[in-house]
Amino acid sequence: MARAVSARRSLLTGILAWTIGLVIFFPILWIVVLSFKSEGDAIAAPLAMLRAPWTFEAYAEVQERSDYFKHFWNSVVISVGSTLIGLLIAIPAAWAMAFVPGRRTKDLLMWMLSTKMMPAAGVLVPMYLIFRDFGLLDTLAGLVGVLTLINLPIIVWMLYTYFKEIPGEILEACRMDGADLKREILYILAPMAVPGIASTLLLNVILAWNEAFWTLRLTASDAAPLTAFIASYSSPEGLFYAKLSAASVMAIAPILILGWFSQKQLVRGLTFGAVK
Amino acid sequence: MGKITLRNVQKRFGEVAVIPEIDLDIDEGEFVVFVGPSGCGKSTLLRLIAGLEDVSGGVIQIDGVDATTLPPAKRGLAMVFQSYALYPHMSVRRNIAFPLKMAGLPPDEIARKVDAAAKVLNLSAYIDRRPGQLSGGQRQRVAIGRAIVREPKAFLFDEPLSNLDAALRVNMRLEISELHQTLKTTMVYVTHDQVEAMTMADKIVVLNAGRVEQVGSPLELYRTPRNVFVAGFIGSPKMNLIEGAAAAAEGAATIGIRPEHLDISSNAGTWAGTVGISEHLGSDTFLHVHSDHGTLNVRAGGEVGLRHGDRVWLTPQADKLHRFDAKGARII
Repeated sequence: MARAVSARRSLLTGILAWTIGLVIFFPILWIVVLSFKSEGDAIAAPLAMLRAPWTFEAYAEVQERSDYFKHFWNSVVISVGSTLIGLLIAIPAAWAMAFVPGRRTKDLLMWMLSTKMMPAAGVLVPMYLIFRDFGLLDTLAGLVGVLTLINLPIIVWMLYTYFKEIPGEILEACRMDGADLKREILYILAPMAVPGIASTLLLNVILAWNEAFWTLRLTASDAAPLTAFIASYSSPEGLFYAKLSAASVMAIAPILILGWFSQKQLVRGLTFGAVK
Repeated sequence: MGKITLRNVQKRFGEVAVIPEIDLDIDEGEFVVFVGPSGCGKSTLLRLIAGLEDVSGGVIQIDGVDATTLPPAKRGLAMVFQSYALYPHMSVRRNIAFPLKMAGLPPDEIARKVDAAAKVLNLSAYIDRRPGQLSGGQRQRVAIGRAIVREPKAFLFDEPLSNLDAALRVNMRLEISELHQTLKTTMVYVTHDQVEAMTMADKIVVLNAGRVEQVGSPLELYRTPRNVFVAGFIGSPKMNLIEGAAAAAEGAATIGIRPEHLDISSNAGTWAGTVGISEHLGSDTFLHVHSDHGTLNVRAGGEVGLRHGDRVWLTPQADKLHRFDAKGARII
């Protein structure tokens, strides 16, 4: 009896989970479907649209009209660049906070996180003026800089929780075993922290890749990443559904593939420290 | 090799003096146990010797050389931690080899020494496993292996057995004592378990609130505790401590008598009482007798025929009575 109930319950839970999953995934699925239709079919009623012939037309047009690879490359530079510079700053910071905390370390961490709670629009004007005066508008360097700063609190927090999980006694043991600071980092800390650093890197590449507020407002063409590439197909007039969808698919595909292959790392990274 | 001397060693964390001031001599080849209640500063003292904490004042000498400001790596000591502190990403072999690698030994010599250590500690079958695949006892042996390969001047043990179950603890206790007999290297061992202290030590250092209460051999401490604290701390079950009229009659503020030094009789004696709980251990019976002087623990034979509620008389053996003054110090 108990088994029957639990089997039925697990079936129901399964159906519910799949339903929620599909509802969340539906817009992306719809975009993919639309991207393989002609502009005329894309605005037809859903059923008629589905029955319409499949075509690569939209992709060809998008590639013809704008330089996908330039935007793609800009996205790579901005997301990977800002993440690597962020890690370079955050690793020593998180290190110090985890292993030699001061009296105000916790407050400092909270303050850093609080900056993420401020609406970005609140600093749009000053940021824009700073960018303008320093000649950083529409430059990769400017975007790498601003995204580094935006994601730095998250990088520091993630690394901090990772480093906190490394027991202090292990570091003390290796000091007793004759390791100096360099070899302590090389042989003990780095190998133990690699999974944490890797998932921090992955998550921040994804966050930076998808960042649209600053990338749209501080670029025009030269440094425009894929977010600007998508936006250029959104228009109040004309037939752009299929092209907009094709552009969106092309923009999210690389990061989707990266996320798919690294999902184990990502989940581990996001739940690390939650369960001992 | 392995003589450690502490002179006026102090440790303060901010305003709090964890160790107000300590002088201590640990002789070559000695097995010294630091024992005391939680928070008495015993682990801090060990960490000061290891160099994992900086002293706030005083001098630490190792083999006559001032080691006060030397980093841990340069002191030539090996430490075994409570949590084992093994390197989780390395195999048992690489864990044990790590200090030798740090010392820059050639690979063939490292291999030879690691194999020898693994053999001594019965780890040869697990040599290629990771720490995560080992039981608690095996992990502790790996930690000891990592300590012995480098032939240190002294071993420091920080409550190494407290994460093990009772049966394993007794075994490891014997193994560590055996190791000390074989290696004859100085060992400094921290524990809050006075049974470990009594059974393993050549010399016990009883600590309380960062102060040394008494230093001596286990039997010295047992027979002639210098004050009420040591009297109450050393010995299991604890010494009975009595204040008031009975103590005044002996010219003391507190008198102490161990459970085995109280004679029990159903007919006559010095103090009257009623039998409460009896703990039958087979070889012995510990009776908790409720008397006018509080509940007294009495050790009787395994076959004692007394039951809960029986009226009994207790007589302390006069030559085994410990007398302490109002400050808690022993009256000689």
